[in-house]
Amino acid sequence: MAEPLRRSGARPGARAEQWAAWLLGLPAFLLMWAMLLGPALAVILLSFTDWSFGEAELRWHGLGNYLELWGDRVFWVSLRNTLIYVGVSVPATVALGLLAAILIEGAGRGRGLYRALYFLPVASTLLGMALVWEFMLHPRVGFVNQVVAALGFARRDWLNDPDLALLALAAIGVWQNLGLAMVLFMAGLQAIPADLYEALALDGADGAWERFRRITWPLLGPALVFVMAIMAIRSFQVFDTVAVLTEGGPQKSTEVLLYTMVQNGFTFLRSAYGAAITAVFLAFTLALTLAQTWLLERRAHYG
Amino acid sequence: MASVSLEGIGKRFGATPVLQGVSLDVADGEFLALLGPSGCGKSTLLRIIAGLEGCNAGTVRLDGQDVTELPAKARNLAMVFQSYALYPHMTVRRNIAAPLELRRLSAWRRPPLPGALLPSARAIRAGIAAEVAQVAESLGLSALLDRRPAQLSGGQRQRVALARAMVRRPAAFLMDEPLSNLDARLRGEAREEIVALQRRLGATVIYVTHDQAEAMAMADRVAVMQAGRLLQVAPPQALYDAPASLEVARFVGSPPMNILPARIGLGGRVEVEGVALPFHGPACPGPRLGVRPEAWALGAEGLPARLSRIERLGAEAILHAALAGSGTVVTVRLAPEQAAGLSPGQALHLTPRAAHLFDEEGLRRPLHATLPQHADHG
Amino acid sequence: MARRALLPEIIRHAVLIMGAAAMVSPFVVMVAISLKPPGEIFAPQFSLLPQQWHAFENYRDAFTRVPLARFLLNGFLVTFCIFAAQAATALPMAYALAKLRWAGRGAAFALVLLALLVPPQVPAIPLYIALWQLDLLDSYAAIILPSTISVFGIFLMRQFFRTVPDDLIAAARMDGMSEFAITWRIMLPTAYPALAAFACLSFIWNWNEFFWPYIAIQSEHLATPPLGIAFFSNVEAGTNWGPLMAAATVVTAPLALAFLLAQRAFVRGVTMTGLK
Repeated sequence: MAEPLRRSGARPGARAEQWAAWLLGLPAFLLMWAMLLGPALAVILLSFTDWSFGEAELRWHGLGNYLELWGDRVFWVSLRNTLIYVGVSVPATVALGLLAAILIEGAGRGRGLYRALYFLPVASTLLGMALVWEFMLHPRVGFVNQVVAALGFARRDWLNDPDLALLALAAIGVWQNLGLAMVLFMAGLQAIPADLYEALALDGADGAWERFRRITWPLLGPALVFVMAIMAIRSFQVFDTVAVLTEGGPQKSTEVLLYTMVQNGFTFLRSAYGAAITAVFLAFTLALTLAQTWLLERRAHYG
Repeated sequence: MASVSLEGIGKRFGATPVLQGVSLDVADGEFLALLGPSGCGKSTLLRIIAGLEGCNAGTVRLDGQDVTELPAKARNLAMVFQSYALYPHMTVRRNIAAPLELRRLSAWRRPPLPGALLPSARAIRAGIAAEVAQVAESLGLSALLDRRPAQLSGGQRQRVALARAMVRRPAAFLMDEPLSNLDARLRGEAREEIVALQRRLGATVIYVTHDQAEAMAMADRVAVMQAGRLLQVAPPQALYDAPASLEVARFVGSPPMNILPARIGLGGRVEVEGVALPFHGPACPGPRLGVRPEAWALGAEGLPARLSRIERLGAEAILHAALAGSGTVVTVRLAPEQAAGLSPGQALHLTPRAAHLFDEEGLRRPLHATLPQHADHG
Repeated sequence: MARRALLPEIIRHAVLIMGAAAMVSPFVVMVAISLKPPGEIFAPQFSLLPQQWHAFENYRDAFTRVPLARFLLNGFLVTFCIFAAQAATALPMAYALAKLRWAGRGAAFALVLLALLVPPQVPAIPLYIALWQLDLLDSYAAIILPSTISVFGIFLMRQFFRTVPDDLIAAARMDGMSEFAITWRIMLPTAYPALAAFACLSFIWNWNEFFWPYIAIQSEHLATPPLGIAFFSNVEAGTNWGPLMAAATVVTAPLALAFLLAQRAFVRGVTMTGLK
């Protein structure tokens, strides 16, 4: 018998497979760096300079931009507004989306129709719909004020009232994202095995509240965390409605992070300062993702 | 068709050895079954032959030529997968034609538009179509050529997989449990069909299965594998009649062989539980006696036992009896009329008509019947 | 299951219908206004249908005061190019990540996951500077280039490809296919459902994308539909609602129609985002 050969154990043609894999992945790899990761790193580096758009030279500025942010009243207003927007719209979206999902999931007839109607705002052009909302919130002839008046309340100039404008935008956000939360919750609900409910019924508890409290809510936990994280990240990116409806006003009451970033980075051409705001925005987004991961892992340990 | 020869094949996944020094020769036109429990490495061995998997040691030869480092597509082998692995988006016709198109049409001739305009490509396509039609005809698939795999039954899919393997006249067929997804009745038909096909084509077939009945029914020779090693390679009857080791003896045959601790007494006489049996064997450490269920004879003397359960299966009856001494349960296969009067709880005396002796290492030792009338030794 | 009690079912549907009415009301208002003459729009009492039809005038104005048709065309061109580029780069990468064994696979996948965390607005400033240096600002390329890669698409297709049986790929290799042929002849066709879902999402996102075109485009004739509408609303300054709502209807219609036609693919795409 021949001396046993020592081989790598790799599949014949494995080298060709390596080459093929690199070649197949190369375009995506290059674009990923060129369009996403590279610029994301560049933003962070840029935030440590004092470069303004069009300048010939790039000077190191250390933490200068961040110190300036610290003392910038508009930035703090903007951050506060963004957090309020997220804090109002996310719980509302999640609660209403969950309610809609549970009601629709249990509705025998018309499930498909309900789902389509609730999801429609997600698939529609927010910018066009924002203009519709502008009309609906019109102080004199707006549909909303007609309903409000019919219910016996005072009419308001929603988008021009510093106390209400941000809430009005948050309401538009809820309207837009509710369908997304609903669809995600429906997928989560469908993953709960039906025999659990049957077992509960055999154990003698068959009320809707009991079903929700004992099975739906605990088993929906991971989906809930996931939907909250997605909604929070999406809400954090609020921009379209602000840009077209209020432009940050009145009296900066709807100034949000991305709008401040665009103002500084593109309107005032203070690129480095805009980059610093972008870095703050990125930090918040990453923190939300980390919080989500942490919550899910913690649940997994106890689960 | 070609011969396949393996020499010292070794394979590890990480630190776990999966195959150890497997050497095997499959002759041109032979039907060889690789039989073993799941996880014994038989599928890995097949994939190494196919070139879908590499090996850490050893050589694979096709017709004497070393192909160990050749990629799968250069080996001209065809494989039938357990899941059939039909291309779900292609019709049966295109599934069968795919290997031919890939081999005979260069890349720029393959797309339908420029390809259709080239006379040379058109001639090749016509040739492919004729061969596909012929293979489909021979497997009774002609009426199904325009369907997609999802529209076929399990048996039909299995035949399409066969057709796809056949159409390019490979050097050998590799089959990985091709019948395990079929129900029992279809499996029987498909067995016959595959064997008939193999005979007609004179094909070399290496057939992986964990089903011993399938291996015994179909193969010219059966290679029994366990824990990454080849235990024995022999024709089905020889495997059954003369298992080389205890492991093979236990694995082949259903119900399995009864294995009883034995003692070699004075003059080489074999004793079980203190009862002398009509066999002589060589003295060896840790002897065990193997008796096939159908090799027991009921009589007035022999091993005393108590009948605990009878399975009446129609064509035969399986008795479960506890030996009086140790309580070890043995199985006995009888013709139904022999078992007619028996009932559980009854006392029996069992004598082996034929038996096998295994030593401490599980190797088979020669055994001779003591009495001339029991000459049919194992 | 026990027969359902009638009252809870009535409450359920009552709540759902009210909710649905709230969800759909902006669409109804939009279409209703787009049919009305200016006088009726500011009538104190809202009515669904106009007393005097003004649809033709409103829609004609929408198409003539701004190049609305051009916006739509831009929208289709941009979304198509973006999806084509995303699919062409994501599919091979996803196949390599899901099914091939190569050094660097783990690192490449970690990069994809990392890139998945970066919100699309973060690269805006450096991309703007780079496009300015290449003199590409205010062009189709400026809109398309930053979106040519979709890490989400890579992730989605990788998850899908992992469910394709290994035997299928082994069979293709034995039949003589190269890895490139496997990507386009085997993986792509089996991935049609996932690809359709991804196409729907890509279409939604890029048709509706406002942030980046708002930054990168100044010329009216290059505007995508949302940007075009924003231009239009600036010009009309919140007075001429009829044509504006007509324009909004026209811009929203392709997506709404596509959604109603391919609802399943849309919803599957959304739920494939990782809920398991």
